Amino acid sequence: MSSEIYKPGSYPNLPPPPGTVGVYGWIKNNLFSSISNSTLTIISVVLIYYLIDGIIGWFFFDAVFDANSKIECRKINDGACWAVITRRVGQFVYGFYPEVERWRIDISFLTMFIAFAPLLYPDLPKRKWLLWFSGIYPFFAFILINGGYFGLTKIEYSLFGGFMLTVIIGVTGIVCSLPIGIFLALGRQSKLTVVRTLSVCFIEFMRGVPLITLLFVASSMLNYFMPPGTNFSILVRVIIMFTFFSAAYIAEVIRGGIQAIPKGQYEAADALGMNYWQTTRFITLPQALKISIPGIMNTFIGLYKDTTLVVVIGLLDPLGIGRAALADTKWNGLSTETYLFVALFFFVSCFAMSRYSLWLENKLNTDHK
Amino acid sequence: MVKNKNQLSKPVIEIKKMHKWFENFHVLKNISLGVNQGDRIVICGPSGSGKSTLIRCINRLEVHQKGDIIVNGTELTGDLKNLEAIRSDVGMVFQSFNLFPHLTVLENCTLAPIWVKGLPKKEANELAMELLTRVKIPEQALKFPGQLSGGQQQRVAIARSLCMQPKIMLFDEPTSALDPEMIKEVLDTMIELAETGMTMLVVTHEMGFAKKVADSVIFMDEGEIIEQNDPKNFFNNPKNERTKLFLSQILNH
Repeated sequence: MSSEIYKPGSYPNLPPPPGTVGVYGWIKNNLFSSISNSTLTIISVVLIYYLIDGIIGWFFFDAVFDANSKIECRKINDGACWAVITRRVGQFVYGFYPEVERWRIDISFLTMFIAFAPLLYPDLPKRKWLLWFSGIYPFFAFILINGGYFGLTKIEYSLFGGFMLTVIIGVTGIVCSLPIGIFLALGRQSKLTVVRTLSVCFIEFMRGVPLITLLFVASSMLNYFMPPGTNFSILVRVIIMFTFFSAAYIAEVIRGGIQAIPKGQYEAADALGMNYWQTTRFITLPQALKISIPGIMNTFIGLYKDTTLVVVIGLLDPLGIGRAALADTKWNGLSTETYLFVALFFFVSCFAMSRYSLWLENKLNTDHK
Repeated sequence: MVKNKNQLSKPVIEIKKMHKWFENFHVLKNISLGVNQGDRIVICGPSGSGKSTLIRCINRLEVHQKGDIIVNGTELTGDLKNLEAIRSDVGMVFQSFNLFPHLTVLENCTLAPIWVKGLPKKEANELAMELLTRVKIPEQALKFPGQLSGGQQQRVAIARSLCMQPKIMLFDEPTSALDPEMIKEVLDTMIELAETGMTMLVVTHEMGFAKKVADSVIFMDEGEIIEQNDPKNFFNNPKNERTKLFLSQILNH
């Protein structure tokens, strides 16, 4: 084939040589490209097999899923004792929220996905209608979880705990910190000196102080700064602190995005007669936010995981619940199982966020579609 | 070609003794220039001569420090209301296109008409499609700028400016960033635009375009207007030594 002679200008497009593309080509190029590479591949496969074999055994085949105590577990089998989780799963999920009222949390949690769907997926059918629901969802969820209206029993914040507490603090913090961060980033770039100075001070203060300090401030001191008579619950104060803290980080991430936009974009917008807010809304922010997606998502994931810090001011997040379980003499010493379970919960949430941000980046990439 | 400059003697752009500095550097020195409706003016000169800065002053992308610039009877000052009105009357095409990469070609064209002029979306779309047809790329309307060639992008940029239905068009080296085979399609678009009687100020090195289209050619060097003449006299009979040198450099190669 290749030795054939063609007239100039008539050379056809030939397929690549066999074994260079496709699954076979990939395996050959990446796993067995040389003798040393092939040896490494084989050794790795064997190692991975033994490792996974042991882990899966401990996790599933030798594990005990129901028992009354650790001692009972050990009598049955020598793998993981998941009974500590299954017996206390209610506490891990709902904290000390009264059992008969837990349906309120379930409904809030499930409808949260409906509220987020139109925000996260712009191409959703009937998006306009769903957005109305997204708008009222915060009030809906507040009334449902907090109670006190429409005959719902008021539930004290001190009973909140577990994954539910993580989701409440994390999601509220994430949702509120994005718009605040955007305004701080714009404020920092503003030509108005007062706005710029205030933004810079806020951002630098929040970034310069450890989150845990802010949480102590929230738990002990914040009420001194409030007008007399106001009394926010500790949960609200903690959420405010998380929001401000991550808003400062997000502001800096977005500022990076804004500064990456070429000057020509502003000149084109100016030349078309667009004013500052039009330029910001249609030109600056869409591009800056797109560039900042990885950084924003980084901050969100950080905030979500940092919610575990509330344990130091006495709120019962999943780690707090886990510690309570471990303090129980029945389950004493099962910290591996407990913390692995909590870790799994965080991993699933954070991995979902991470995948979503990758999907969004791809979707918004308009360069070579 | 429509010659209507004698019908309307009132100039649409009047620049009087205008100066501009970048920090301490005196980029534009005592510029005076009148442009009548329908005039097609080509500005040329060596790089750094201030020609781009001059046309960028006309829609206040650059701020002048001394002298007056009057566009459509309104003086350019720091007043934002006036400025936005002037800018929606003055279209500009840039060397680097400056299309909005996150919007489709059609959205690039309709954004300003809808939000600045308050045109209903349907009308804005129709207008944009009409102008995209005029620059001969209606079939690209739903693509993103990054998917088009340089020449196509520049034609979109021209259509985008025209969608604001400007009275004056400024071109800042519109073909300098293009591959040679794409220069012609952009110049052809500009020639067609000139034939409609649009007032045009063009900074370019395309002397063929100047000969064919311009009513008047301006040569600038070191921030001054050195010479202004009709194309025939400008190219055949340049008066100033610096003009002669410049022309010999760009014409004989």
